Amino acid sequence: MSGSGSEASHGTRRLTTSAMIASIAAPGQRTAPAPFGRALVELARSRPEIVGLTADLAKYTDLHVFAQAFPDRFYQMGMSEQLLMMAAAGLAREGALPFVTTYAVFASRRAYDFISMAIAEEGLNVKIVCALPGLTSGYGPSHQATEDIAILRGMPQLTIIDPCDAHEIAAAVPAVAAHPGPVYMRLLRGNVPHVLDGYDYRFEIGKATSLRNGKDVLVIATGLATMRALEAAEALDADGIGVEVLHIATIKPLDEAAILAAAAKDRRLVVVAENHTVIGGLGEAVAGLLLREGITPRFRQIALPDAFLDAGALPTLHERYGLSVSSMAQRIKKWL
Amino acid sequence: MREIINHQEGSTTPTARQRSDTPRGTFAGSNVPLVERAYRIRRHALRMGEVQGQGYIAQALGIADVLAVAYFHALRFRPDDVHWEGRDRFLLSIGHYAIALYAALIEAGVLPESEIETYGADGSRLPMSGMAAYTPGMEISGGSLGHGLGIGVGMALGLKRKHSDCLVYTLFSDGELNEGSIWEAVMGAAHWRLDNLIGLVDVNDQQADGPSSAISSREPLADRFRAFGWHVQRVDGNDIGALVAAFDMARTVAEAQPRIIICDTKLAKGVPFLETRERNHFLRVEPDEWQRAIGVLDLAFHAEGGR
Repeated sequence: MSGSGSEASHGTRRLTTSAMIASIAAPGQRTAPAPFGRALVELARSRPEIVGLTADLAKYTDLHVFAQAFPDRFYQMGMSEQLLMMAAAGLAREGALPFVTTYAVFASRRAYDFISMAIAEEGLNVKIVCALPGLTSGYGPSHQATEDIAILRGMPQLTIIDPCDAHEIAAAVPAVAAHPGPVYMRLLRGNVPHVLDGYDYRFEIGKATSLRNGKDVLVIATGLATMRALEAAEALDADGIGVEVLHIATIKPLDEAAILAAAAKDRRLVVVAENHTVIGGLGEAVAGLLLREGITPRFRQIALPDAFLDAGALPTLHERYGLSVSSMAQRIKKWL
Repeated sequence: MREIINHQEGSTTPTARQRSDTPRGTFAGSNVPLVERAYRIRRHALRMGEVQGQGYIAQALGIADVLAVAYFHALRFRPDDVHWEGRDRFLLSIGHYAIALYAALIEAGVLPESEIETYGADGSRLPMSGMAAYTPGMEISGGSLGHGLGIGVGMALGLKRKHSDCLVYTLFSDGELNEGSIWEAVMGAAHWRLDNLIGLVDVNDQQADGPSSAISSREPLADRFRAFGWHVQRVDGNDIGALVAAFDMARTVAEAQPRIIICDTKLAKGVPFLETRERNHFLRVEPDEWQRAIGVLDLAFHAEGGR
């Protein structure tokens, strides 16, 4: 899956677009297979009200693991994302706890009204878990949900989570299930890197956590960007640049107190890093918060450009659009 | 994943056939005739329209007979316990028909008649477009058209999970058939053989920009639903006898299929001077005409031997 990228990265062979389910793991990185599907099966053993629904993407969202374990609690709705959300709303009304999967592009772009009116407005307990968030597919704009958070952040009552790694996905599943009301969770699927288990970290909805300290730069990061920011911080550390990484797993509601406290400290450069367009995501959420509260550090964003992005191999695209470790480190250095 | 191939096979959960032995709707034994219920639903709706000086009164008058049969013949529910688990669910997808459903809920004793005065006012439990959070007995928030049937699919699946014999009724409209999400739900309901789901389509041939049939070809509507795997009936939606038979058939027919009752209705039915008014989605009624309309309704009802 990630083979095309890893083999070619040291050679001259041109990288090729990998499969739709391209892994974001770097060569040699420790990974866990299908952390979402496995965690859901584990939880569902003691929670009979949990059901799974998908729109012809069970295999590509790791929900097939649940479907195999609980075939009579799995609802294949076909390629009908509107029905997917409506049916989940109806099941939730009848006491089920639906976990709904599709790609982030389809949930956010195609099914928006159904998430908003059938689920969120009614405060229903539906958990929407979407693969291929931001730039995690080389297929081009049809599959790259670069603006899903911008689309969904404006929806009242919706909790939005962007987990960083396999460890966090596994921890988020029971937390999301225990959380009353609708949740949108971005999903890294397939063989997902393990990163956060090396840190003193406990996932909690609505809570930001500082993963490392540094005197020069505060990187506020979410999802995949946290993983990359941690590595970039190590690289910058070697150059004598101290980088704190504040991980924001919950984009809505924001842990405002933690962000304000960190941003007010030591007059550091503040960089917000996210696997999402520069518009309407964590960066603008943090910027708005800081400005409202009168905290105005030097501020930069590491985010995808406001553009329909290229197709291609993920490592190439991450380098091109600034999500690779090296490009992150270089830009932060330049901004200092 | 489950294999669903044979649409003739019965489902494993309680079937409609088994349900036929259970008592009918909550009000089925009432000695108030359904025509009287329909008359009073129309009357309540006109009084709400008068309060606001406007409202979707043509639709309300048109659908009153369907609601009378639904609430006072078919549905099992408890007026004093709208969340009773054993109730049949009635979903109003067409949120702007709320004025009609409020009238039925008032007639059923779910809502007090005194709240007619608050219709559409600030702080009222009876907003212009129906919303679950505002009104007891309003199961879902309608209004964003194309939602009700799909939510009904989910509720029907959810009821089967619970081995419940409750039914899900969803009222939507011919204009709403323009929404692609309706057809996703139509396919899904047939695929899952939801014999506990009963769709009611109000065909009044009117939507916001004109006659529904001119805006998007609708016919042959019965054949369309049949081809999608539904049990189909088409009736005069202002004929109470025909509606009773259709609801009974939809409840008791053995086929493991979702059911649809296509109801051809007449806008503003029961008030001739409004029936013949220029057709409009949002019927204009002059301030002095509300009482005149109620008078016409009263006269016709009593002339036909009503009480």
